[in-house]
Formats: sequence, structure tokens, C-alpha cells
Amino acid sequence: MRGVTELMQLLTPDGHRITVASRARATELDGSPTAACDSRSDPPPGAGLPAADPDSGPGGGEPATVDIDLPAYVADLTDDELFDLYRDMVLVRRMDEEATSLQRQGELGLWASLRGQEAAQVGSGRALGPDDMAFPSYREHGVAWCRGVDPAAVLAIFRGVNLGGWDPAGHGFALYSIVVGAQTLHATGYAMGMAQDRSPGAAIVYFGDGASSEGDANEAFGWASVFAVPLVFFCQNNQWAISEPARRQSRTAIFHRAAGFGFPGVRVDGNDVLACLAVTRWALATARAGRGPVLVEAVTYRMGAHTTADDPTRYRSSAELEAWHQRDPLDRMRTYLAARGLLAQERDRRLALEADTFAHELRARCTAMPDPDPTSLFDHVQVTENGLVAAQRSAFAATLDPGET
Amino acid sequence: MTSGAVIAGEQAADVGGEQTGEPAGPVPITLAKALNLGLRSAMAADPKVIVMGEDVGTLGGVFRVTDGLLKEFGEARVIDTPLAESAIVGTAIGLAMRGYRPVCEIQFDGFVYPAFDQIVSQLAKLHYRSAGRIRLPVTIRIPFGGGIGAVEHHSESPEAYFCHTAGLKVVACSNPADAHQMIQQAIRSDDPVIFLEPKRRYWEKAVVDPGSPGESSPNATSGLHSSTVVRAGTDATLVGYGPTVRTCLDAAEVSAADDGRSLEVVDLRSLSPLDLEPVLASVRRTGRLVVVHEAPSNVSVSAEVAARVTEQAFYSLEAPVLRVTGFDTPYPPARLEDHYLPDVDRILDAVDRSFGY
Repeated sequence: MRGVTELMQLLTPDGHRITVASRARATELDGSPTAACDSRSDPPPGAGLPAADPDSGPGGGEPATVDIDLPAYVADLTDDELFDLYRDMVLVRRMDEEATSLQRQGELGLWASLRGQEAAQVGSGRALGPDDMAFPSYREHGVAWCRGVDPAAVLAIFRGVNLGGWDPAGHGFALYSIVVGAQTLHATGYAMGMAQDRSPGAAIVYFGDGASSEGDANEAFGWASVFAVPLVFFCQNNQWAISEPARRQSRTAIFHRAAGFGFPGVRVDGNDVLACLAVTRWALATARAGRGPVLVEAVTYRMGAHTTADDPTRYRSSAELEAWHQRDPLDRMRTYLAARGLLAQERDRRLALEADTFAHELRARCTAMPDPDPTSLFDHVQVTENGLVAAQRSAFAATLDPGET
Repeated sequence: MTSGAVIAGEQAADVGGEQTGEPAGPVPITLAKALNLGLRSAMAADPKVIVMGEDVGTLGGVFRVTDGLLKEFGEARVIDTPLAESAIVGTAIGLAMRGYRPVCEIQFDGFVYPAFDQIVSQLAKLHYRSAGRIRLPVTIRIPFGGGIGAVEHHSESPEAYFCHTAGLKVVACSNPADAHQMIQQAIRSDDPVIFLEPKRRYWEKAVVDPGSPGESSPNATSGLHSSTVVRAGTDATLVGYGPTVRTCLDAAEVSAADDGRSLEVVDLRSLSPLDLEPVLASVRRTGRLVVVHEAPSNVSVSAEVAARVTEQAFYSLEAPVLRVTGFDTPYPPARLEDHYLPDVDRILDAVDRSFGY
């Protein structure tokens, strides 16, 4: 837990700066006058190594650090928008609680809880614009919410009704990706296409501390850097990959990896929704401006089990869980809003009612989902249907009772 | 047809001193050149086609199949990639999601395995996962098979892995004309295609018809998945694909000369889906079938052909379906590969055994 204390000092909603460690163009990353070297920062990982050849490509140059004036990236938020960030977190937590109950009651086969990661997901998700494209892993229910994906469509996957029921292009939100890390490459390729199309947007890819060990993630880091693609790597370091602690994945901080690949990496308090919003806005602006990828490590905590099939008491202590309860992202935003006088009793009560109604309706829609038509298992194997599949569909359909189809 | 003139010009340039007084007359080109011309036509026809892989740009590919494409189409469309096979396929998926039509080169058969997850769990399944919302028109070119005296991992036949995966199409060309046509059809396919190139046949020449169906019907891909009788016969049927089609044709020549047997040869061309109608029709006439490939026999394309022919033409068979394949060993050192690879003698021996029933 060494990093946590440092990290908690890095960011609060009002005033602290964040340090970027980078071997690349660091002083150009942000044109704001607040960009400056920060002696308080961790030394850049490249320090002490021979400087890269200046002609070696876009990642060449001296290692450097730079401050990002994070508050400037959220200075435009109105009081209502601040409240809405809290509302988003309250609703996605309520969705998560309802889904967990639905799984316990046999209505879902499995559920992967996002509890504890609401700030990282809502903060980054609300930084995205209509031209941006998000590539989730399988726990990004909060990002899905921010991208306008129907929460019932997310539940449908875990109910086993389909494998991905939303329109990725329409929502700017790709389908969930269960093979850990595979989506990092899809995002990299998509971002290459965005650059080629001169899209005003950028891509963002979500992955975790476990995925940072996967070959695909490391191939994506290298590739994205070499081609300077407009992509934000958003790592939610929630401390646990099922039972394996983050220290089993890496001996260095995950955000430091970026420097070795030649692009900036930043670490942010993943339980601070404003910090996550600010740093993602900065990262997206960097990517959209053609300066290549950025790695954001949002340090957070998976407060629940890996999934409903997991028992975290076998591998982590209640003391650790309690320590992270003290940093609950909802409580922190609630405290902040209250301190600013933005959480009037009436508004708070209305939000609680809204969450109740939302959960009630979501439950009703989930339990009302019918099983798909049995023959639909043969649909969409390929664009051009394969004769073998067509023959199997026909033979299978002939075995069904009349009521089954 | 415009492309016909281009091809005739290329042929003349390619074969050097063979030019005659008829500048547009068809002359033979190699299979590698036929693929190159097919790629050029596909890139010229559709600006969304992107060629990507290791050494495909400046070098023109280790077999020169992409020679000249960088110069003609620029580095935005002909991309020398990092040495990262999973990323070559994974980023191609992302590009395809964005509307591009990537053509990936995997440099050698034995190098495709680092990309296995991206091919079988992502590329093959995203159309199904998305209920048809996502189309991935990605072509993965893989030089496959042995016979060139190469070091380990350069001579393998991995087709069964991909045929076993729903969502992929798998094809293998065997001659220059098919190569020229099939590569264009594969690129036009809205489904992912594993495109297997018989590397020891890269330098074999034949006349390429620029008006082949792939050219004349730009939107048709059905022909990509049809098998073809390449030699008519009446006594027994040989089935091969990729590099073994030539071996089967050679065996049929020898059999006709030495034994007076008339062997029919079918080129499967498409390994998934299989088009077995020509094979079944042939077996119903000949009653005997020998399937030939370089890949090992266990759970292979020939096993599938044998099972289906047995199911669908059981009463026509005079003998069990026999197979001539690579052995169920790792691919051996090059000095032993002549023993490993199916050859004319092994095929004729199998034909003899078939007639022994």
C-alpha cells in the first residue's frame, strides 16, 4: 500500500497538481502557463539512463516531468454539473447493487461488481465527447452509463440473453471484452483509423492492473506509441486481479511503464471523480491534438468480489477493505458537495427516490427478458451464411416442439 | 478491361526477354506475382484496403508478394508494422471496426500462433458477439506448407485450427490464376478470411486471365468457396488443396502413363466452408477417394472430408476413403522433409491400396 499515501496527497478537487513522467515532448504536452517542472515529483523512470537519440522517433528526447494544472480542466463545471457527477455515481452504484441482488436470486448467471470504481469510470466517461470511442473491459458499467448504453443491455450479457446487445458505433462504446487485454489492440487499430480519417475524436481503452501484464497490452503500448495514435490507455488499478495483488503484476508503478514506451504516463487518484474527469480531459486533448497516446493509471479499489462467483475473504483482509471504505468515492464527492452547499436536503431526497425508481424498473426489465429463440443461436455466425450452419439450423429446428420456436 | 491492360504490361515487364511482337498477349506469371497484381487491383478498387505486416513495405515482403505497393499507394495504406503478430491482427480488427478493409501478412505459418487469440476469440467471434452489428472484413495472408528447405516454424500447415473455428473462412490457392482471383475475392468478403498461400508454389508460372470471375463480377464472393475439378478422370478421385494440388496432378500423369488409370483431381480451394459437391459427384462416378494434404492427419481437413463423403456417398464407395498426409509429428528438419511431405509415390501407393479393396 506504499503508493496510496503518496497518491492521496497528489490530488484533491481544489488545487493540487499532477506529475507526468515522460521521455517524450513533455514540455509541449500542455500549453498552459502552469506547466512546469515539479521537484516534488517522483523521478522519471528514464533518469540516469542514456538519453534517447533525438532522431530515434517521436519518443526521443530527454526524460522530463511536467505539471498539469488539473483544476483548470474542471474549472468550467457548473454547480449542477458537479451534482450530476455525484448523481451518476449514485445511480451506477445502485445499478451494481441491484445486479448483485439479481444474481443472488438466480436472475443473472454472474455479475462483475464495479463498487469502488465509480469515480474512475464516471470521471473518465464524462470526459468523452460524441466523436470519441471507448473500448471497455467487462466491468465498465459506469462508463457504459455515461455513453448512454441502456443498463438493462449490460445486465442482458450477465443474464445470458446475448453476448453484447448495444450498438457500439451508435454509443461510441465497444462491446465488453472478456479476454483480458485483447481490447487494447482493437482500440489501437481503431485510433489509427481515426487518425487516418482525420477524426476530431480520440479513443480510450479501459483495462486493469492484471491486464497490464498481458502481451496484448504491451504490444498496444508499443504500437500506439510508434504510430502516435490518438488513444488514452485508462488503467483502473483496483489492486486485485481476482486473488492476485497488483504487486504480483509489476514491480514498478503501472504509469511508469509509459515512459519506456515513449509516451506520457500519469497517476491519478481513481476515487476522486473530479481528478479523473480532469486528467482524462487533459489526456484526450493531448491525444486529439495528434501528440500520441497517454497512459492514465487511476488508483482505486475493487470493494466487492471479482465477480459474484468469487470469495475475497480468502485472499485479503477486512482491515484493507475498511481502509478503502474510508476513501469511498461517493462519500468523498458527497462531502465535497455538502461543503460547497450543493447538497440540499430536498435534492438529496429526490436523488434517493430516483435511484429507488431506477433500480425497481431495471429489476422489472431484467426479469422480464425472455430467453432468446433457440434457433437464434445459429444467427450471425458470418455475414455470408455458411451452408454447414444453415443445414444444422434446419435439422435443429425440426427437432423443436412447435411452441419452442 | 483496364486491369487487363495493366496485367499484360506487368507480365511483359516481369518475364523480361519473353516479349513478343504482341505486347498485350497473355504470358505466364508466377503465383507470387499473381497475388501481387491481385492486391494491386484490390487496393486500386477500394481506398479502404490497407496492407499491413512485417516487411511488407520497403522490402515488399520476404516473398515479394507486396512488392511495389508502398511506392504506388503510400505508407498510410502499406504499413510496415512492429514485430507483433497479435497486434497485427488486433489492430486490423480495430481498423475494420472503423471501416477499413485490412489485409494482414503473417510472414510465415509458424508465426501465426502469437495472434491466435485475436484470430479465434476476437476476429472470428465479433460478428456473432455483436449480433451482426460489427463486420470485420479482414484478410490474413499466410504463406504455408513446406518444401523450401527452411528452418523450423517456416513450413507448417496450421489450417485445421482455423477451420475448426466458427466465424472464419479459410481458403488456399494452388495456382497463379486462382491466386489472382481469390485474393481479390477474399478482400471483398465481408467476413474474415484466412488466406493460405502455398509457399513452395510461389515461383510456378501460369497464364493469368485478367477477365477471371473475380475481375468481371467485383461484388461476387461465392466463387471463392467453390471447389473445382482440375483434371477429369474415371477410375479414382484425388482431392488436394494448396501445394498438394500440383502433387496430385503429377500423380495422375504418372498413373495414366504407368498404370493406365484415369484419376480425377479436385482442388478444394475452400477449406471452410467446404464445397464437397464436386467431390461427391466425382466419388459417385469413381467409387474411390484419396485425400492429400501436408498437414498431419489427426483431426484434419481430410478427416472432415472422409467423414462427410462417407455420410453422403456411402453406397457409392468401393473402398474406404484413404488419406495421404504429413505425419503426426512436428515438422521435421529440412533434410527430412521429402520423407514427410506427400509425394507422387505415396499418393500412387494409396491409389493401389484403394483398388485392393
